[in-house]
Amino acid sequence: MTRHRGRGMASINYPIGMNLGGDPSQALVHSNPSGKFTVALSSIDLGQGMKSVTRQICAETLGVPVEDVYVDTADSDTGPHCMGSFASRGTHRVGNAVMAAAREARGVMMEAAAEELEVNAADLETDGRGNIHVKGAPHRSISTKDVAIAAQFKQGKTISGRGIFLVPLSNVDPETGEMSPATCYAHACLVAEVEVDDETGEVAMVRMDSAYELGRALNPRLVEQQLVGGAWMGISHALYETTEPHYPDPVHGPRDFVEYLMPGPGDICPHDIAVLERPAPDGPFGAKGPGEMCANPVLPAVANAIFNAVGVRIDDLPITPEKVLRAIKTQGGARPQARR
Amino acid sequence: MAKTALQFRHNGRDVAIFVDGGTNLLVALRELIGDMTPKFGCGQGGCGTCSVLIDGELHLSCLTLAETVAGRSVETLDGLKQGPNLHPLQRAFADNFAAQCGYCTPGMLMAAKALLDRNPQPSRAEVVEAISGNICRCTGYEPIIDAILAASGGRASA
Repeated sequence: MTRHRGRGMASINYPIGMNLGGDPSQALVHSNPSGKFTVALSSIDLGQGMKSVTRQICAETLGVPVEDVYVDTADSDTGPHCMGSFASRGTHRVGNAVMAAAREARGVMMEAAAEELEVNAADLETDGRGNIHVKGAPHRSISTKDVAIAAQFKQGKTISGRGIFLVPLSNVDPETGEMSPATCYAHACLVAEVEVDDETGEVAMVRMDSAYELGRALNPRLVEQQLVGGAWMGISHALYETTEPHYPDPVHGPRDFVEYLMPGPGDICPHDIAVLERPAPDGPFGAKGPGEMCANPVLPAVANAIFNAVGVRIDDLPITPEKVLRAIKTQGGARPQARR
Repeated sequence: MAKTALQFRHNGRDVAIFVDGGTNLLVALRELIGDMTPKFGCGQGGCGTCSVLIDGELHLSCLTLAETVAGRSVETLDGLKQGPNLHPLQRAFADNFAAQCGYCTPGMLMAAKALLDRNPQPSRAEVVEAISGNICRCTGYEPIIDAILAASGGRASA
């Protein structure tokens, strides 16, 4: 029995959201008389940080502290329409909608503040700490709370904004068939190192090194959290998860968490991640999205690493010990490839 | 079916309930006591999110007959924080981004507490062993392991 080390690499090019025109999400932003703001969405936060990141985007656009923004989401009865949380689209699509809504609400807020301070709205700026003041004259100031109260009870204005983001339709060129399937792409490269046991066919993860280019990371810790967790999902898809084998018939397939294989805490490996920030021209504050793509490069990188280790090319997922072993036997033994 | 009177300590407080024969502890805690912190994941001991401590020992409440905890002490996640203060493990989980969807978190925290109560300075391998009965689908486990090591005063590796 020999354990063979192998290293494999994969690069991916990931389109953010769905394509070909459409894929809309909406947002509504309004102030409360307390001077706090509510963002209404129906987008789902599955734990990936949608609420945190839309909250940051709204606060930044309004020019108010992040703690003054509350995100109310996940109910399609009360929030405006969203296509959903998939395809790494949340930050980009929903973020853009929130930004548009917050921009409109900010316009009303500045108008209301201008009326109270008896100046032109164009001469006002926010300090990001809950105040609006005349440019160059910070003492001529009013709090967002007082503006909200004045708008609500005196001026009869709603400090609110509507936002939608819709991808423009890309027509197919009748001559060439060419079109732009997406407006924004994220990129990643991942190197996986594995150890393959040529007697059992088992593949153990040794380490991963990756670089992700995903626009501006609006919340670096949440991005890192996504990338770490998503890579685990990638390992799981590459090596473990399947409802097969079902010998001799499907009744014997895995039916629950006891029988359905996934990597446990002892099956993970060190993963070094570099995040490269190249702001996207059409992303909110330059953001793309680190969602679904964080699992994708792991699968081909692991398959390549297995080839590098024992010389067998497996193109059917997951790469179970049985498949590795059968392939090694068919080949007449392990044939380690050159290490690069 | 006749109900059975059952008394036990729940997070340091005496409770008394009437249970049907065969009621498991998870159902008793959630539906009869109203402590929703142990979660129902699989109902057959495969996922660990229903984990509680019984007399300080880690148990799967979905596989524990409620009647077997008579006179014993049951601790759940609800008993971890003291007033407004988070337990050091909860703080470490937050600081290390050890939760995403959060469904596994109650079980992870109880498994971690059981470990640190008997072994305050565990190695990384001991932490891995301690949470190996708990499934997490979001975090990739790494941040959870780091959080438990951080709460133990051990140095969390990046």
